[in-house]
Amino acid sequence: MSKVRVLVGTRKGAFILESDGKRQKWDVSGPHFAGWEMYHVKGSPVDPNRLYASQSSGWFGQLMQRSNDGGKTWEPVDNKFVYDGVPGTHQWYDGKPHPWEFKRVWHLEPSLSDPDTVYAGVEDAALFRTTDGGKSWHELAGLRGHGSGARWQPGAGGMGLHTILLDPSNPQRIYIAISAAGTFRTDDGGTTWKPITKGLHSQFLPEPTAEVGHCVHRIAMHKSRPNVLFMQKHWDVMRTDDAGEQWREVSGNLPTDFGFVIDVHAHEPETIYVVPIKSDSEHFPPEGKLRVFRSKTGGDEWEPLTKGLPQSDCYVDVLREAMAVDSLDSCGVYFGTTGGQVYASADAGDSWMPIVRDLPAVLSVEVQTLA
Amino acid sequence: MITVVLPAHLRTLAQVSGEVQLEVVGPVTQRSVLDALEARYPMLRGTIRDHVTQERRAFVRFFACQEDLSHESPDAPLPDAVASGVEPFLVVGAIAGGLY
Repeated sequence: MSKVRVLVGTRKGAFILESDGKRQKWDVSGPHFAGWEMYHVKGSPVDPNRLYASQSSGWFGQLMQRSNDGGKTWEPVDNKFVYDGVPGTHQWYDGKPHPWEFKRVWHLEPSLSDPDTVYAGVEDAALFRTTDGGKSWHELAGLRGHGSGARWQPGAGGMGLHTILLDPSNPQRIYIAISAAGTFRTDDGGTTWKPITKGLHSQFLPEPTAEVGHCVHRIAMHKSRPNVLFMQKHWDVMRTDDAGEQWREVSGNLPTDFGFVIDVHAHEPETIYVVPIKSDSEHFPPEGKLRVFRSKTGGDEWEPLTKGLPQSDCYVDVLREAMAVDSLDSCGVYFGTTGGQVYASADAGDSWMPIVRDLPAVLSVEVQTLA
Repeated sequence: MITVVLPAHLRTLAQVSGEVQLEVVGPVTQRSVLDALEARYPMLRGTIRDHVTQERRAFVRFFACQEDLSHESPDAPLPDAVASGVEPFLVVGAIAGGLY
C-alpha cells in the first residue's frame, strides 16, 4: 500500500510526518536538529530515502544535512558556499551597492535523474549545485553574472533564491525565482540565463514593467506541461503558457491577490491552489478566515475551500515553501502555517484536517509519495 | 592538552558529550586551537569562523579565565592557564544570537 511522507521545516527543527495512503492517521518524528532553523527539507525523486536538509542558525551559520534512510539518521555534508570569482555588488535597500554575502540556503532541489545532484538556492541570491551528494557545492555563476545582477535588490525577507523548477522534458532547462529580482530561465543547463518577466507589472517599481525587480514569491509547474507556469507574485497571480515568454494575470475573483504559496494538482494540470493573504502590512488571512482557493480552470475563476479550516480568529501566515501535493489517486494537498499547524487534504482540497497543531512556525512543506 | 568547551548545539553536531581535549603543536592561540578543533571535527568548519575570511562569527564569543577574548587577535597567545590545560577555552553562543 502506498505511503506518504511529509517533510516539514520549521523555525526550530525539522519534523517528518508519515501515513498510509488513507492519510488519516499520522506518525510524527522530530524535532530533528532541534533549535535550528530548517528552511527546507526535500527528497530525491530517484531515491526517496535520500533526503537533503538546510539547517541554519544566527549563531553558527549554515549546515547541510543528508539522510540515506528517509530521515532516520543524518550526516552533515559540506556547508561551504563560496561565490565564484569576485562576488561584486547588488543593490541594498537604500539603493546603494552592497557586496554579495552568503547568508543561508533557502531551497534545495534534487535532480530528477541523479540522487547525488542537488541544486541549492541561496541568500544572497545565487544558484549552487552539488554533483557528489553534498560533498562539495559550486556556483552556477552565469545567473548572478547576468548583466542585471548589480540591480537586484532584497525583498523584506532577504534576497533569496527560493524557486528552482527542473523541466522534466528538457534537462537543459531550469527556471528560478528570486525575491525581489524576478524570474529567470536557462536553456543550456545553467550556463546562461534570461529574465522571463514580460507581462509582470509591479507598482512598487519606478518602472512597473522593468526586466528585473519583481517580487516573485513562488512559481509552480505540472510535470506534464513544463511550458505552463503559475506564479504567486507579491501581488497578482500570473500564468504563462510559453515557458515565461509572456505572463498574464489570472487573479480573477480572489479576495486578495497577495500571497506566498502556489501549487498544482498532481493529476489535473489546470487545477491550482493559492492561500490569499492580506498585505502589505498585515500578512494574515483576510477576515481571520484561513481559506485555500482552488481554480480548476488554470486561474481567473476561484473557489474558497474552507471545510476543516478555521473560519474565525485565524491570523497565521503561509510562507512560500509551505505547500505541497502528493501523487496518490486522490491528490493530497498539504500546507503549513506560521502558527505551527500542518493541514492535509486527502481529497484535493475539498476537506482539511490538521496533522499537527503546535509545531514551531512552519517554513517549508514537502511531500513524498512512497510505493 | 588543551581543553575546549563547546556550546550545546556544536557538541551535538560534533557528537561529543563533554569537553574536548586537543593536542596543539606550537604556540597556543585562538587560531591554533580552532585549527586543531576543526581538524578533529571537520563538521564544525564554518560554524565558529567564516569559511573564507576565518573571522569569528558575529554571535560566537571566546572566553577563558573569566575574560572575554573575542576581540583579541587570533594569533595572540592564549593565557598560560589555557595553554597548560588548567583552564578551558570556552566557545560560547552569544545571548543575542536568536531571533525566535
